[in-house]
Amino acid sequence: MSIVTVQLGQCGNQIGHEVFNAICSDVHGTHGLCSKKENESYHEASKERFFSEEKSGVPVARAVLVDMEPKVISQTLSIAARSGCWKYDDRSHFCQKQGSGNNWANGYSVHGPKHKDRIMNLVRKEAEKCDRLSGFFTIMSMAGGTGSGLGAFVTQCLKDAFPASFILNHVIWPYGTGEVIVQNYNSVLTLSHLYRSSDALLVHENDVIHKICAQLMNIKQISFRDVNQVIAHQLGSVFQPIYTGAGPLHYSRSPLGDLMETLVPHPEFKMLGLRNIPQMPENSLAYSTFSWPGLIKHLRQMLIANATMEEGIDWQVRPPRPGSSIPSKHSTSKSLHFNTSIANLVLLRGKDMHSADLGSFQDPALYTSWLNPQDAFNLWKTPRAFNKYEKSAALVSNSQFLLKPLDNLVGKAWNMFASKAYIHQYTKFGIEEEDFLDSFTALEQVISSYTTL
Amino acid sequence: MLLPQTHGHSTSPFEPACLTPGPPCARLSAHPASTAHPPPPTDGIFHSRLGGGERPRAKPADGTFHRGGEGGRAARGRRAVGRARPPQRPSPPRGRGFRAPSSNEEQPLSPPSLCVAAMTQSVLVQVGQCGNQVGCRFWDLALREHAAVNKKGIYDEALSSFFRNVDTRSGEDGRDISKGKICSLKARALLIDMEEGVVNEILQGPLRDVFDSRQLITDVSGSGNNWAVGHKLYGCQYQENIVEKLRKTAEHCDCLQCFFIIHSMGGGTGSGLGTFVLNLLEDEFPEVYRFVTSVYPSGEDDVITSPYNSVLAMKELNEHADCVLPIENESLFDIVNKIHQMVNSGKLGSIVKQNSLVTSSAGSTKTVQEKPFDAMNNIIANLLLNLTSSARFEGSLNMDLNEISMNLVPFPRLHYLVSSLTPLYTLTDVNVPSRRLDQMFSDAFSRDHQLIQADPKHSLYLACALLVRGNVQVSDLRRNIERLKPSLHFVSWNQEGWKTGLCSVPPVGHSHSLLALANNTCVKPTFMELKERFMKLYKKKAHLHHYLHIDGMEQSCFSEAISSLSDLIEEYNELDATKGPGTGCPRSCLY
Repeated sequence: MSIVTVQLGQCGNQIGHEVFNAICSDVHGTHGLCSKKENESYHEASKERFFSEEKSGVPVARAVLVDMEPKVISQTLSIAARSGCWKYDDRSHFCQKQGSGNNWANGYSVHGPKHKDRIMNLVRKEAEKCDRLSGFFTIMSMAGGTGSGLGAFVTQCLKDAFPASFILNHVIWPYGTGEVIVQNYNSVLTLSHLYRSSDALLVHENDVIHKICAQLMNIKQISFRDVNQVIAHQLGSVFQPIYTGAGPLHYSRSPLGDLMETLVPHPEFKMLGLRNIPQMPENSLAYSTFSWPGLIKHLRQMLIANATMEEGIDWQVRPPRPGSSIPSKHSTSKSLHFNTSIANLVLLRGKDMHSADLGSFQDPALYTSWLNPQDAFNLWKTPRAFNKYEKSAALVSNSQFLLKPLDNLVGKAWNMFASKAYIHQYTKFGIEEEDFLDSFTALEQVISSYTTL
Repeated sequence: MLLPQTHGHSTSPFEPACLTPGPPCARLSAHPASTAHPPPPTDGIFHSRLGGGERPRAKPADGTFHRGGEGGRAARGRRAVGRARPPQRPSPPRGRGFRAPSSNEEQPLSPPSLCVAAMTQSVLVQVGQCGNQVGCRFWDLALREHAAVNKKGIYDEALSSFFRNVDTRSGEDGRDISKGKICSLKARALLIDMEEGVVNEILQGPLRDVFDSRQLITDVSGSGNNWAVGHKLYGCQYQENIVEKLRKTAEHCDCLQCFFIIHSMGGGTGSGLGTFVLNLLEDEFPEVYRFVTSVYPSGEDDVITSPYNSVLAMKELNEHADCVLPIENESLFDIVNKIHQMVNSGKLGSIVKQNSLVTSSAGSTKTVQEKPFDAMNNIIANLLLNLTSSARFEGSLNMDLNEISMNLVPFPRLHYLVSSLTPLYTLTDVNVPSRRLDQMFSDAFSRDHQLIQADPKHSLYLACALLVRGNVQVSDLRRNIERLKPSLHFVSWNQEGWKTGLCSVPPVGHSHSLLALANNTCVKPTFMELKERFMKLYKKKAHLHHYLHIDGMEQSCFSEAISSLSDLIEEYNELDATKGPGTGCPRSCLY
């Protein structure tokens, strides 16, 4: 089944471009270290998911590019076209002349309603090109104005126009400091609105990816391109075709539907985090070997200790012992750091993945009490290796991963709100204090739900 | 014999008006030309057509999933914010951005090529002697910058933000050419002065071809260093003329985003008529941003009435500008001296790249004899170029002009931004070590790089923007922000008040540069000093009669102006009072 990607704002468009690049180079640049037949069906499924065919033979990304200023889109289109490997549809983009100026209200209340029809037309056209539509994948940042404000608006429109399709919002969490001053306001407004209309939010934190670039990828002068490439790699490792369930049947299932089914058992909990292992510079790959037990042991500890990458994991963290009371109110300092999950999905790609034992992920202590661990954990796998990694594992987790960043963000936004700073910039475009309060309330609810897991 | 492609004998396409038939001075006789124009379009066209006040809102359903009672903090928080008054109806959204009537809004799908050609434009309004001298330097350096980037001589979107490309073969009123080779570049500018000297000099100088007579408004008698003469007398007299020319300039823009006013605060024309134009802009183009570059008089100003003029102008800036970039002559002077010493201090002198000086005009398309103030004015010109660079050129983290006020102005009146430019020059021994890159960031916060006499490091930051150009990556930004943060005081509710932009095109002669904009309480001393000097005169009613005999000028103008300034100072005082540890208000204590 196919996914239509909607790239919004500067960040969304830059990342979207890298995602298609990563998928394309995985499919064309490698043979996947598996049987030819395997590779072919993988190839086929990946193509159906992300690209449509054109007469010229160059795959065309199933994507709609939206921005309120022209520079990024025109750059993205031309770089993609020049790659020769794939391209965007020449007509599947929408841009205006003047950006949203980091103002969520401008994107949501002004640009959104004004350009709704034209944007939705593009989306509809793209959707009609799909034989079987699984849903929409939107890529946006929360910090700016276009990705966040217009993105929230477009998500709502998608929900209305395609009630039967899934919507997964990929959201870039801004750096803690230094990108946009009103980023916490914009983020609070974005998250609270997405929570109403999206099926799930898949979050990448810029700070985390930046650290991965520095420590794992050994990049000295890190550019946004480097950051975006890591994000694209991680996304590719989730969205490339893979066998769900127990046996290898066929690749072409609904990728978004399966994801929601396994990871979002309750509408109050839809914040998904993503972890990958291993990650290293391409030129070190040839000198490294991995074993499944090693990778899985690390991945599990990354999960329970809430570590963002394979380096610097706190190995002291242990799941609370089954004997101790379930609502862990009197938690010791150790289990304080313990990351409780609602649902986890592990994706294994590469050689001998059948030998991997995932029993450690099925420990009931890892999960909230109201869900059966058999339902809470899922394993998908394929012998087809991903992107030159002989073996790789990805973990998509609906857990307390984002609790702390979210609490921080809401705290900072609230602090600013209490002094009424910058509010006039929002009321100018029709977002009132009332709206802010609604958003704060909604997110406090999310925080408290995740806290009391 | 008709040879339209007369580019041949021009060395650079950035030599404007090479297609103009007849001697360029011929157009001077046409001035002032104000009667022959078609009537201005009706008002309605100028307001962008935004969708009505409709605001889609989805309230969360009451019965949402609740655990552990009412959503904790937020519920209690409602009280803390003090929502005593009933919730107001949302005002209709007010979009920014002037859209010319001809805009291709209904065009269904724009192919990529069209997408490229679309960008926003800005218009420079230079008022008074100072404004015009600075403006003149700006246009010269803007041409130099675009010539350095745009080697092929194609009229591109970056150029279009400040220049029109006009086919002048059929006379002055040529049509705009939106694509292809550069024909004749015309500045998107309005030159206003109430005496002829400076403007005439520009028209006879090398920049004459980037302006035409319909962009000028001059008088002969000057404003006599009297704000009231500029604001009330000339304002009244020239209002229609100014509005008409502004509209004309705006019509040439596809999507007008911003007006930049350049003026001085101390004199009569710049301060009086300049702020009058500011008000006109707000009335005529409410959706277009208004950035004002104001040159403040120094303490030993030779204009006796400059405190009056400045304070009267300040009230207008407080109320009608989106952002003000205050600049003090003393600071410019110090910077010029510093560079001068550097260049002439023997061994270093030989390795400073001449065209990298922030004060230099070297390499400009117009080789001119430098005038005494040129060095100082070049600093301001570079400030404006760097400010607009990210809106003109591409980068990995764009920063549009509308993001500046959004990020840096937390409260409507506190829109004074202290700026600093670094590096002031580049040494020729390239291979820039990252230490020197870091030095650029450190310098931007030092006292002697600020464009006003102020020390941001020892005052309170409300917000800070770093606009970086050239070969700098996000990791360099992050490293330096982390490094500098501990030495700076930020207001408690904006501890992470940093906004950054990365533009990939560096200024001429540099590999990288930084413009720091600080909304910082360090502007307060400048305002307090101004107030003091005002009060000294005002207590004795000195020179008041010169003002009061102007129609429409009353004593209340003075009292209102000084109370506006006092209020502003008080707002800064209140923020300063929150400075220091422990005064912040953590979220927990609000509940």
